Amino acid sequence: MAATLPPPRLLPSGDSAVTVEFSRTIDDEANQRVLALDKAIAASPIDGITESVPTYRSLLVHYDPGKIGFDALGEKLLTLASQPLPPATKARRWRIPVAYGGEHGIDLEDVAKALNTTPDDIIARHVAGDYKVAMIGFTPGWSYLSGLDKSLHMSRRQNPRLLTPAGTISIGGVQAGIQCLAAPSGWHLLGRTPVRTYQLHRNPTFLTEPGDRVTFFAIDHKTFEEQDRAAEAGEIVAEQVIA
Amino acid sequence: MSRLVVASIGPASSVQDGGRFGAQRYGLTVSGAMDRLSLAAANTLVGNEPFAAAVEIGPFGAAFTAKDGAVRVAISGAPRNADVAGSPVAMDTSLTLKDGETLTLGFARGGAFTYLAIEGAIRGEPVFGSLAVNARAGLGSPYPRPLQAGDEFTVDAASGAPELRIELPKPATGPIRVLLGPQDDEFDDANRALFLDSEWKISATSDRMGYRLEGPAIKHLHGHNIVSDGTVNGSIQVPGNGSPIALMMDRGTSGGYPKIATVITADVGRLAQTSAGTAFRFKQVSMAEAQDEARKFAQTIRGLPDRLRSADTVALNIEALSDANVAGYAVSAVDAGTWQVAAEP
Repeated sequence: MAATLPPPRLLPSGDSAVTVEFSRTIDDEANQRVLALDKAIAASPIDGITESVPTYRSLLVHYDPGKIGFDALGEKLLTLASQPLPPATKARRWRIPVAYGGEHGIDLEDVAKALNTTPDDIIARHVAGDYKVAMIGFTPGWSYLSGLDKSLHMSRRQNPRLLTPAGTISIGGVQAGIQCLAAPSGWHLLGRTPVRTYQLHRNPTFLTEPGDRVTFFAIDHKTFEEQDRAAEAGEIVAEQVIA
Repeated sequence: MSRLVVASIGPASSVQDGGRFGAQRYGLTVSGAMDRLSLAAANTLVGNEPFAAAVEIGPFGAAFTAKDGAVRVAISGAPRNADVAGSPVAMDTSLTLKDGETLTLGFARGGAFTYLAIEGAIRGEPVFGSLAVNARAGLGSPYPRPLQAGDEFTVDAASGAPELRIELPKPATGPIRVLLGPQDDEFDDANRALFLDSEWKISATSDRMGYRLEGPAIKHLHGHNIVSDGTVNGSIQVPGNGSPIALMMDRGTSGGYPKIATVITADVGRLAQTSAGTAFRFKQVSMAEAQDEARKFAQTIRGLPDRLRSADTVALNIEALSDANVAGYAVSAVDAGTWQVAAEP
């Protein structure tokens, strides 16, 4: 293992959860180590752990303080986290259609203005990206992607919007995202996808998994409407590429 | 089988249980009762498991009518006036509605959420092990949305068991206790102190997802963007405008604003029951104290059946006794649940 990262930090998240933080920034090795620790816990369960939630740079471990205390759990987690990374496995790749701009991406023009360029150029940069699902969180199926072009890094909005549409494709800070359900968001809205990353009665219920690769391609608004209807009826719509 | 029909109900009322665990890794939040102790108390009164599905009633009024037979119910949580055909009904008691009778509940007189548990519990199709409504994700059963007048539950016919009351521990008062972190290092000493030492009020725009806090603006050390990481019930995040938001049961499973502190498990329900506009403060505690309180809180819920009393016996008002200093400190040290009422048959 290329030990480029310092040992993880244990950050208390209240009395019944601990954040095992590998990095403060988005870092591919940190994300690999998060996913490896998550797998290690699943493989050798620690009594008292109730659920674990992988994120970009940390693993949030929920536990029952009636079964294990913070110090004892922390020690076990640090031991597991120090194990060498397992060999990488082949990733799935999803090609996700996006209707950019207009009513589907109300911030596209503002983002272009803020970055002194055109909306088409923003789309080109967004489509050119090779992304990885680093985590899924916030609302069901919201896939957080690493791999956003540096030129698109922008601070989140000062005041988060109380509601943004289902299927929103957005960027925030150094992150890109596929949002499944309508939700509050402080990110910049570039477009919408008809793809549902979460659909209750579909098999699979959750389309994406941490570690999957993602690319985007532009579709017109008419195609969006057609695919949106198909997706509502349970079609996957996203193209899966076997690497 | 009987039916319990929702005759009328205000907004922010829904079926809730202990919550939906195991899919936070896919962004599916836990939902569940805002005040777990009150849910457990109501359920215990009618012989259900503590975290069985019940009706969580928001701050406004509600009425429920028994149909096709008698229905046994219990109410606990935010106090409100309640009656059946003009006869007052006490909080923290069970009662049996005869066929056609209506239980009417007024506005919450303090706090926000009252729980109506039904003997045999609410039935439905669980998703990830829970019937809890998560309106944003379209989950919950039998209604995947807040309740409306005309909704109804198919329930057990009343057992005819003797009615009970429950002697709950004296409600905790004082500040809402927090542990600092996980991102308290994103704030300097002055802003951590500003958070801990200021008076806060819950904004009227709060909901089951988060309670927005009104008070001084908290400034970040390095700006308000962090790389999104996981949240828990009671995480207190500080967005760019500096107004903290306490994340509640319908929270996002991750968030990208620094979290200055986390409400301890034992106090999340207390925060949930703090009315909008009421001033309160936070207090920092140690991990040892917080975990000790969490274990005691779990023990209190497990021990609720021991706190059941016959509804016929006179409630001993420990608080009044303590105020009168009849037995000095010894009285307030007595656990209300183990206090035996002399008149109990």
